[in-house]
Amino acid sequence: MPDTIERPKFDPEAFRKARSGRNIALGLGLLAFVVIVFAVTVIRMGANAAPHL
Amino acid sequence: MDPDAPFPYEIHAMTKPVAMDARAAVPALWSDYLQLLKPRVMSLVVFTALTGFVCAGVSANPLLAAVAILCIAVGAGASGALNMWFDADIDGQMRRTRGRPVPMGKVLGAEAATLGVVLSLFSIMLLGITTNWLAAGMLAFTIFFYVVVYTMWLKRWTPQNIVIGGLAGALPPAIGWAAATGSAPLNAWLMVLIIFLWTPPHAWALSLYTSEDYAKVGVPMMPVARGAASTRKQIFLYSLLFTPACLIPAFTGLGGPASLAVAALGGLMFLLLAWRVFRSKAGDAPDERLEGEDRLYAVRAGAKDARNLFAFSILYLTLLFAALLGEHLLGVAPLELI
Repeated sequence: MPDTIERPKFDPEAFRKARSGRNIALGLGLLAFVVIVFAVTVIRMGANAAPHL
Repeated sequence: MDPDAPFPYEIHAMTKPVAMDARAAVPALWSDYLQLLKPRVMSLVVFTALTGFVCAGVSANPLLAAVAILCIAVGAGASGALNMWFDADIDGQMRRTRGRPVPMGKVLGAEAATLGVVLSLFSIMLLGITTNWLAAGMLAFTIFFYVVVYTMWLKRWTPQNIVIGGLAGALPPAIGWAAATGSAPLNAWLMVLIIFLWTPPHAWALSLYTSEDYAKVGVPMMPVARGAASTRKQIFLYSLLFTPACLIPAFTGLGGPASLAVAALGGLMFLLLAWRVFRSKAGDAPDERLEGEDRLYAVRAGAKDARNLFAFSILYLTLLFAALLGEHLLGVAPLELI
């Protein structure tokens, strides 16, 4: 069994579009993570602080 | 080979080192990374974890509940990515899995592994912060069990791989319950038991008509290691254990009349289909004396019973958990028959 991969033709435009899509997905994922951590922090702090108010 | 040959290229050339070390040959889309997380498995995990969370019967902040379920789903997805990294060598040689991103050369093995590790850490930490560390610890154990115990050890070593490894797929309801309450009582483990006993007949029914793939890559699935007849017998024996277990929620204050009806009627159907598989020739090599269309028909006839059981097993588990979920959402009083 050969150890090499037969590569398809390199298409710079396809790579650029795919990278752009991945960057947008990663950005949205990070944004969602930040929003979730912020919201969870507010809710948890609110619940813990309420008995002392 | 012609260097200008169009995609798809020679998939069978993907050995483990090549799959792990090669540079990505085609541009990876964001959807390829999503595919690494096994979205269909994630949807099942979301469903069973949500059922566990709701059946716990405590009121929780809806956002915290949603984040908890999301963390469990992402944790399951992370184990899927680590599984695809480790199994890239055999995935590339099996019909069912050769289209996955790593053996296709779209995503590097190292990228899949990194994604899996990062998402595992994030999901465990966030679940711990959002709910409690029991739930986070159980999620960590589930990921470890699936990746290390099942994928790296049991899968290629013993025909009992999916019996023991099935625990990883069975745990999400207990994690959901623990996320809601901070504890995992008997009823949470009852849901785990149901999925645990469901896994062998479900997975072996599938392997009865895909065993050629497993044999080719040396994975000792039950039909490969012990033969089809032994597998059919064990499917029936596990079904005899599984179907009564589905009735237990009616005795422990977990399930109501709807889930009892689904468990009883669906269980009878499950047993009937398992009996048919037991009596069939599913997984057997066709009779050598048959030729042409007769030989093809003999194979199809055997596979049909296994396919029916496989399809019904998914429907049955879905309906049973949907009934439990619906009863708790609608406030139907659970039965306590003892």
